[in-house]
Amino acid sequence: MMDTRDSIRPVGPVVIDIENITKDYVMGEEIVHALRGVSLRVHRNEYIAIMGPSGSGKSTLMNMVGCLDTPTSGRYGFNGRNVAEMDDDELAAIRNREIGFVFQTFNLLPRANTLRNVELPLIYAGVDPETREERATQTLIDVGLGDRLHHKPNELSGGQRQRVAIARALVNRPSIILADEPTGNLDSKTGEEIMSLFEDLYRRGNTIILVTHEADIARHARRTVRLRDGLIESDDLMTVPELESMALT
Amino acid sequence: MLFSEIVRMALSSLGANKLRAALTMTGITIGVFSIISVMTAIGALQNSIESGISFLGSNIFQFAKYPVNIDAGGETKKKYQNRRNITYRQALRYYELMQGNAQEICLKCFGRDLKGQAVYNGIKTTPSLTVVGTNRSFLTANAYTLSYGRNLNDEDVDLARSVLVIGKMIEKRLFPHESPIGKVIRMSGHTYTVIGVLVEKGTSFGQSQDDICLMPITRFFENYGEANRTVNIATQPFSTELYNRTLDKGISAMRIARGLGANQENDFEIYTNDSLKSAFISVAGVVRIGAFVVSFIALVAAGIGIMNIMLVSVTERTKEIGVRKSIGARSRDILRQFLTEAVFISEAGGVVGIILGVIGGDLLALWLKVDLIFPFGWAFAGLVVCSAIGIGFGLYPAYRAAALDPIEALRYE
Ligand SMILES: Nc1ncnc2c1ncn2[C@@H]1O[C@H](COP(=O)(O)OP(=O)(O)OP(=O)(O)O)[C@@H](O)[C@H]1O
Ligand SMILES: [Mg+2]
Repeated sequence: MMDTRDSIRPVGPVVIDIENITKDYVMGEEIVHALRGVSLRVHRNEYIAIMGPSGSGKSTLMNMVGCLDTPTSGRYGFNGRNVAEMDDDELAAIRNREIGFVFQTFNLLPRANTLRNVELPLIYAGVDPETREERATQTLIDVGLGDRLHHKPNELSGGQRQRVAIARALVNRPSIILADEPTGNLDSKTGEEIMSLFEDLYRRGNTIILVTHEADIARHARRTVRLRDGLIESDDLMTVPELESMALT
Repeated sequence: MLFSEIVRMALSSLGANKLRAALTMTGITIGVFSIISVMTAIGALQNSIESGISFLGSNIFQFAKYPVNIDAGGETKKKYQNRRNITYRQALRYYELMQGNAQEICLKCFGRDLKGQAVYNGIKTTPSLTVVGTNRSFLTANAYTLSYGRNLNDEDVDLARSVLVIGKMIEKRLFPHESPIGKVIRMSGHTYTVIGVLVEKGTSFGQSQDDICLMPITRFFENYGEANRTVNIATQPFSTELYNRTLDKGISAMRIARGLGANQENDFEIYTNDSLKSAFISVAGVVRIGAFVVSFIALVAAGIGIMNIMLVSVTERTKEIGVRKSIGARSRDILRQFLTEAVFISEAGGVVGIILGVIGGDLLALWLKVDLIFPFGWAFAGLVVCSAIGIGFGLYPAYRAAALDPIEALRYE
C-alpha cells in the first residue's frame, strides 16, 4: 500500500463496490472469460482511469458498473444496494438518474436534433417540457454547444457529437459519470477539450470513471486501474508530486 | 412518461418512413372504406325509406306474379316462373269486382322485352325506355304528376287509341324546342300521338324514372301481343282507414279473378309499402354481411401488414432501443412507444378509410337521390376496431422491442 503522505486517499462514502466479479460469454462450444474475478471499490468524487490492452475486459467492466450488463458471478453493490436484487425498472431508474454514460461511438439518436437528444433522459425521468428544455439548453451551453441546439448529429463534428453525448449524460445531474473511450474517435486537441470538461465535473464533486488507451488521457485521472486478461493488474493512486505537477500545468 | 411525449416519438419515427407508413396504412384504409361506404349508403337509403319515401303511391297495394327479390335463389325463381301469368282478363275481372271499393285501380303491363326507342323527326332516344300499357290510374298509383297535356282516360283504353303520355326525359330529348302535344312519334314499330308529359321525378335506386311512356293497356296488347305477359294491379283505397279492409277485399277479389278454390294458396304476390320496405331491409342485411366479410378479411390482412412492418422496424431500430434503455427508458416505455406507432398507423388508416367511406357512400346516396348521412356509430366503431388492430398486431413486435437486452441492443450493428 502506498504511503498516505505520498498520495491522496479518497475519503467520501463508497458508491461502487464490486467484489470478485466474473463475466463469461458463451460462444458456441467455447467460453470467453471476459472478467475473471475483479474487485473494485470507488468512493464518491474519485476520478479513475481504466486502462489495459484491447480485449482485457474494460468495456465489459464499464457496462457492468453502468448497470447495463449483469455479472456471471460476484457481487455488485451500488450506493450500498445489491444490484442483483434490483428489478429492471430500478436498474432503468439508476441508469436514468444516478449514472451518466458516455460511449466511444456517441450513440446519439440520428433523427433527433441536439436539444432533443439531450432532453431524452429528462423525458424518461418524467420532467415537464418547460423545465426539460431549459435544463437541456443550459447543459448544452455548459459544454459549449449553445449555438448548435437544432442541429442533427450528422450536421456536427465528432467532437461536437461527443459533447452532445456528454451533455446527455449530465443533464439529469447524475453523481457518477462513466465514459468508455470518450476520446477514442477524436483528435488529440478535441480530446483535450473533452477532458477539461471532465476535469470541471470532477471539481464540482462528480465521480468519474473513464476507459482509455492513451496515457495522456489517463494522466487526468487521480487513480489508474490496469486490466489484463480479465483481471486487475494494478490500481494506483496519484502521488502528491504528480498532483503538484498537475496543478502547475 | 407523458402521453404527449409518446405520441411525439411515434409521429417522428413514422415521419422518418412516410412511404412505408402510408403503404401499411392503405390496407386498413381499404378495409375501413369498404365497410363505412356500404354502411353509409345503406344507412342513407334506410333513413330515407323510414322517413317516408314510398316505393308505391301512398296507401297503395299491388298484386303481381313475381315477388320483389326474384333474383334471390334459383329454385324459388323456378317456382315463380311456373306460376300462371295474371292475364288481362283476370285483371279486368278484378277491376269489375272492386268497383265501388277502391278509389283507383291501376292495371299495368311492362314491355320489358320491347326495345323501347322513340323516334321523332330523325332524333332518337336511347333504346331503353320503359314502355307501359296501363290506364288513367297509373299516375296516382306510381306517384307521378302530369306536367301538361292530358292523362290517359277510360275512353283511350276502351278504344285502344294510339296515344302516349311521355316522361320528361323523352320530351327533353325529342322536343327541345316545341311542344310534343299532338305530335306523332314512332316507337317500337308503331306510331303514337303524344297527349301528355309527366313532371320530372328523378332517379330512384339509380334508375331514371323519366324515360317512361304510357299507352292504353288495350293498345299495348294489340301492338305487342298479350301472350306471355302478366299484368300488375295496383289498388288505392278510398282512405287510409279503409286500407286493411280494402286489402282484404282486394285479396278475395283477386282469388276469384284467378279462380282459386277455398283451400288453394294465393298464387300471386302482394306488395305493400311495408312488404317492400322489409324486402329492402333484408337485401340490405345481405349487403351488410358481405361488406363485413370483405372488410374483415382486408383488416386482418392489413393487421398482419402492420405486424410485419413493426417487426422490421424493431430490428432496424435495435440500436436506438439500446440507446434509449441505456439512458433510462424502462421496458414499458419502449413497449408503449412501439405500440403507439402501430396504433397510429392503424388509426390513421382508419380515419382516412372513414372519410373516404363516408364520401363514397354519400356519393352513392346522392346518386340514389336520398338524404346524405354521417354514420357516427359506424365511424366510432371503425376507430375502436382500428385501435384494437393496432394493439393486437402491434403488441408482439412492441413486446420484442421492450424485451431487448440493453447491452446487446447497443452492440447491434
Ligand atoms: N457479447 C460478447 N460475446 C462474446 N464475447 C464478448 C462479448 N463482449 C465481449 N466479449 C469478449 O470479452 C472480452 C473483453 O471484451 P471488452 O469489450 O470488455 O474488451 P475491451 O477491454 O473493452 O477492449 P477494447 O479496448 O478493444 O475496447 C473480449 O475477448 C471480447 O471478445
Ligand atoms: Mg472496449
